[in-house]
Amino acid sequence: MLHIVNKSATERNSLDSALRMATKGSALLLIEDAVYAATKGSVAAEKVQSAMADVQIYALGPDLDARGMSARVLDGVKVVDYGGFVDLVTEHNSCQSWL
Amino acid sequence: MSDMMDDMEEGGEGVVKKFMFVNRKAPHGTIYALEGLEVVLISAAFDQDVSMVFVDDGVYELIKGVNTKGIEVKDFSKTYRALEGYDIEKLYVEKASMDARGLTEDDLIVDVTVLDSNEMANLMAEQDVVISY
Repeated sequence: MLHIVNKSATERNSLDSALRMATKGSALLLIEDAVYAATKGSVAAEKVQSAMADVQIYALGPDLDARGMSARVLDGVKVVDYGGFVDLVTEHNSCQSWL
Repeated sequence: MSDMMDDMEEGGEGVVKKFMFVNRKAPHGTIYALEGLEVVLISAAFDQDVSMVFVDDGVYELIKGVNTKGIEVKDFSKTYRALEGYDIEKLYVEKASMDARGLTEDDLIVDVTVLDSNEMANLMAEQDVVISY
Protein backbone atom coordinates (compact mmCIF):
# COMPACT_ATOMS: atom_id res chain seq x y z
CA MET A 1 0.00 0.00 0.00
CA LEU A 2 1.18 3.50 -0.92
CA HIS A 3 -0.16 6.22 1.39
CA ILE A 4 -0.21 9.73 -0.10
CA VAL A 5 -0.55 12.81 2.12
CA ASN A 6 -0.91 16.35 0.72
CA LYS A 7 -1.84 18.52 3.73
CA SER A 8 0.42 20.27 6.20
CA ALA A 9 0.83 18.22 9.37
CA THR A 10 0.81 21.43 11.43
CA GLU A 11 -2.62 22.34 10.04
CA ARG A 12 -4.49 19.04 9.54
CA ASN A 13 -4.36 15.56 11.04
CA SER A 14 -4.07 13.60 7.77
CA LEU A 15 -0.42 12.68 8.39
CA ASP A 16 -1.36 11.30 11.83
CA SER A 17 -4.14 9.22 10.28
CA ALA A 18 -1.92 7.92 7.49
CA LEU A 19 0.83 6.92 9.91
CA ARG A 20 -1.69 5.25 12.21
CA MET A 21 -2.97 3.12 9.32
CA ALA A 22 0.37 2.44 7.63
CA THR A 23 1.41 -1.17 8.15
CA LYS A 24 5.00 -2.40 8.23
CA GLY A 25 6.54 -2.44 4.76
CA SER A 26 4.14 0.11 3.28
CA ALA A 27 5.22 3.41 1.77
CA LEU A 28 4.27 7.03 2.50
CA LEU A 29 4.61 9.75 -0.11
CA LEU A 30 4.47 13.37 1.07
CA ILE A 31 3.36 15.90 -1.57
CA GLU A 32 2.26 19.56 -1.66
CA ASP A 33 2.03 21.08 1.86
CA ALA A 34 2.73 17.69 3.45
CA VAL A 35 6.41 17.94 2.47
CA TYR A 36 7.05 20.25 5.44
CA ALA A 37 6.72 17.19 7.68
CA ALA A 38 9.89 15.80 6.08
CA THR A 39 12.00 18.85 7.00
CA LYS A 40 14.48 19.09 9.86
CA GLY A 41 13.37 20.87 13.02
CA SER A 42 9.64 20.67 12.37
CA VAL A 43 7.48 19.22 15.17
CA ALA A 44 5.90 16.99 12.51
CA ALA A 45 9.33 15.65 11.54
CA GLU A 46 9.47 13.72 14.81
CA LYS A 47 6.42 11.70 13.72
CA VAL A 48 7.97 10.96 10.34
CA GLN A 49 11.27 10.06 11.97
CA SER A 50 9.71 7.53 14.30
CA ALA A 51 7.67 5.98 11.47
CA MET A 52 10.76 5.35 9.37
CA ALA A 53 11.58 2.07 11.06
CA ASP A 54 8.50 0.43 9.52
CA VAL A 55 7.55 2.66 6.60
CA GLN A 56 9.64 4.02 3.71
CA ILE A 57 9.04 7.75 3.45
CA TYR A 58 9.18 9.65 0.15
CA ALA A 59 8.78 13.37 -0.58
CA LEU A 60 8.06 15.04 -3.91
CA GLY A 61 11.08 17.13 -4.99
CA PRO A 62 9.29 19.83 -7.00
CA ASP A 63 7.06 20.56 -3.99
CA LEU A 64 10.11 20.83 -1.71
CA ASP A 65 11.78 23.20 -4.21
CA ALA A 66 8.68 25.39 -4.47
CA ARG A 67 8.66 25.80 -0.69
CA GLY A 68 12.38 26.47 -0.29
CA MET A 69 12.73 23.25 1.72
CA SER A 70 15.01 21.09 -0.46
CA ALA A 71 18.08 21.62 1.70
CA ARG A 72 16.26 20.71 4.92
CA VAL A 73 15.02 17.19 4.09
CA LEU A 74 15.35 14.63 6.88
CA ASP A 75 17.95 11.90 6.45
CA GLY A 76 16.27 8.70 5.32
CA VAL A 77 13.55 10.41 3.31
CA LYS A 78 13.82 9.59 -0.40
CA VAL A 79 13.12 12.56 -2.69
CA VAL A 80 11.36 11.64 -5.93
CA ASP A 81 10.35 13.60 -9.03
CA TYR A 82 7.05 13.24 -10.92
CA GLY A 83 8.38 10.17 -12.76
CA GLY A 84 9.25 8.65 -9.38
CA PHE A 85 5.70 9.42 -8.17
CA VAL A 86 4.33 7.41 -11.12
CA ASP A 87 6.75 4.56 -10.40
CA LEU A 88 5.60 4.41 -6.76
CA VAL A 89 1.97 4.20 -7.83
CA THR A 90 2.70 1.36 -10.26
CA GLU A 91 4.94 -0.53 -7.80
CA HIS A 92 2.27 -0.75 -5.10
CA ASN A 93 -0.90 -2.79 -5.45
CA SER A 94 -3.03 0.04 -4.03
CA CYS A 95 -2.93 3.72 -3.06
CA GLN A 96 -4.66 5.68 -0.35
CA SER A 97 -4.80 9.46 -0.72
CA TRP A 98 -5.45 11.06 2.69
CA LEU A 99 -7.18 14.17 1.36
CA MET B 1 -13.94 49.63 3.86
CA SER B 2 -16.84 51.72 2.50
CA ASP B 3 -16.78 53.99 5.58
CA MET B 4 -13.13 54.48 5.04
CA MET B 5 -13.62 55.47 1.42
CA ASP B 6 -16.44 57.88 2.33
CA ASP B 7 -14.21 59.53 4.89
CA MET B 8 -11.47 59.96 2.34
CA GLU B 9 -13.79 61.40 -0.27
CA GLU B 10 -15.44 63.84 2.09
CA GLY B 11 -12.57 65.05 4.20
CA GLY B 12 -9.62 64.54 1.91
CA GLU B 13 -7.43 63.50 4.81
CA GLY B 14 -9.54 60.53 5.94
CA VAL B 15 -9.35 58.42 9.03
CA VAL B 16 -6.30 56.25 9.57
CA LYS B 17 -7.12 52.93 11.20
CA LYS B 18 -4.87 50.16 12.37
CA PHE B 19 -5.24 47.21 10.01
CA MET B 20 -3.70 43.82 10.72
CA PHE B 21 -3.48 41.09 8.12
CA VAL B 22 -2.95 37.67 9.72
CA ASN B 23 -1.33 35.00 7.55
CA ARG B 24 -1.66 31.42 8.78
CA LYS B 25 -1.36 29.32 5.60
CA ALA B 26 1.57 27.74 3.76
CA PRO B 27 2.22 29.34 0.37
CA HIS B 28 1.21 26.97 -2.45
CA GLY B 29 -1.21 24.34 -1.13
CA THR B 30 -4.05 26.86 -1.08
CA ILE B 31 -4.61 30.26 -2.72
CA TYR B 32 -4.92 32.08 0.63
CA ALA B 33 -1.30 33.21 0.92
CA LEU B 34 -1.14 34.74 -2.57
CA GLU B 35 -4.59 36.34 -2.36
CA GLY B 36 -3.84 37.69 1.11
CA LEU B 37 -0.67 39.30 -0.20
CA GLU B 38 -2.62 40.89 -3.06
CA VAL B 39 -5.10 42.39 -0.59
CA VAL B 40 -2.28 43.86 1.48
CA LEU B 41 -0.77 45.48 -1.62
CA ILE B 42 -4.18 46.96 -2.49
CA SER B 43 -4.61 48.22 1.08
CA ALA B 44 -1.43 50.26 0.67
CA ALA B 45 -3.36 52.59 -1.68
CA PHE B 46 -5.59 53.69 1.23
CA ASP B 47 -2.77 55.05 3.41
CA GLN B 48 -3.76 53.07 6.46
CA ASP B 49 -1.62 51.83 9.37
CA VAL B 50 -1.00 48.30 8.09
CA SER B 51 0.65 45.44 9.96
CA MET B 52 1.26 42.02 8.44
CA VAL B 53 1.72 39.10 10.79
CA PHE B 54 2.81 35.54 10.15
CA VAL B 55 1.80 32.77 12.53
CA ASP B 56 1.41 28.97 12.30
CA ASP B 57 2.08 27.74 8.72
CA GLY B 58 2.03 31.38 7.58
CA VAL B 59 5.73 31.64 8.49
CA TYR B 60 6.43 29.29 5.57
CA GLU B 61 5.35 32.13 3.23
CA LEU B 62 8.57 34.00 4.03
CA ILE B 63 11.09 31.21 3.38
CA LYS B 64 13.88 32.18 0.99
CA GLY B 65 15.49 29.96 -1.66
CA VAL B 66 12.20 29.10 -3.34
CA ASN B 67 12.09 27.57 -6.85
CA THR B 68 8.57 27.04 -8.21
CA LYS B 69 9.55 25.96 -11.74
CA GLY B 70 8.82 22.32 -11.02
CA ILE B 71 5.22 22.89 -9.94
CA GLU B 72 4.65 25.58 -12.58
CA VAL B 73 3.13 28.26 -10.36
CA LYS B 74 4.12 31.88 -9.71
CA ASP B 75 6.91 32.43 -7.19
CA PHE B 76 5.41 35.27 -5.16
CA SER B 77 7.91 35.01 -2.30
CA LYS B 78 9.95 37.89 -3.77
CA THR B 79 6.86 40.11 -3.67
CA TYR B 80 7.23 40.29 0.13
CA ARG B 81 10.42 42.26 -0.51
CA ALA B 82 8.39 44.81 -2.48
CA LEU B 83 6.13 45.59 0.49
CA GLU B 84 8.66 48.13 1.76
CA GLY B 85 8.17 50.09 -1.46
CA TYR B 86 4.46 50.34 -0.64
CA ASP B 87 5.28 51.66 2.87
CA ILE B 88 4.23 48.39 4.46
CA GLU B 89 7.11 47.92 6.84
CA LYS B 90 5.46 46.38 9.90
CA LEU B 91 6.05 42.67 9.44
CA TYR B 92 5.77 40.46 12.51
CA VAL B 93 6.48 36.77 13.02
CA GLU B 94 5.54 34.73 16.06
CA LYS B 95 8.57 33.03 17.59
CA ALA B 96 6.69 29.91 18.70
CA SER B 97 5.52 29.31 15.11
CA MET B 98 9.09 29.52 13.81
CA ASP B 99 10.40 27.28 16.60
CA ALA B 100 7.79 24.59 15.88
CA ARG B 101 9.03 24.48 12.28
CA GLY B 102 12.75 24.57 12.95
CA LEU B 103 13.07 28.02 11.39
CA THR B 104 15.03 31.13 12.36
CA GLU B 105 15.07 34.73 11.10
CA ASP B 106 17.99 33.80 8.82
CA ASP B 107 15.65 31.54 6.81
CA LEU B 108 13.34 34.44 5.93
CA ILE B 109 13.38 36.53 2.73
CA VAL B 110 12.56 39.85 4.48
CA ASP B 111 13.45 41.61 7.70
CA VAL B 112 10.80 40.98 10.32
CA THR B 113 10.16 41.72 13.97
CA VAL B 114 9.98 38.49 15.98
CA LEU B 115 7.42 38.59 18.79
CA ASP B 116 6.61 36.14 21.53
CA SER B 117 3.01 34.99 21.77
CA ASN B 118 2.04 37.56 24.44
CA GLU B 119 3.45 40.43 22.42
CA MET B 120 1.62 39.15 19.34
CA ALA B 121 -1.63 38.90 21.29
CA ASN B 122 -1.29 42.47 22.57
CA LEU B 123 -0.52 43.80 19.09
CA MET B 124 -3.58 41.99 17.76
CA ALA B 125 -5.77 43.39 20.54
CA GLU B 126 -4.89 47.02 19.76
CA GLN B 127 -5.98 46.84 16.09
CA ASP B 128 -9.11 48.47 14.66
CA VAL B 129 -9.50 45.83 11.96
CA VAL B 130 -8.10 42.30 11.79
CA ILE B 131 -8.31 40.35 8.53
CA SER B 132 -7.24 36.73 8.67
CA TYR B 133 -6.22 34.24 6.00
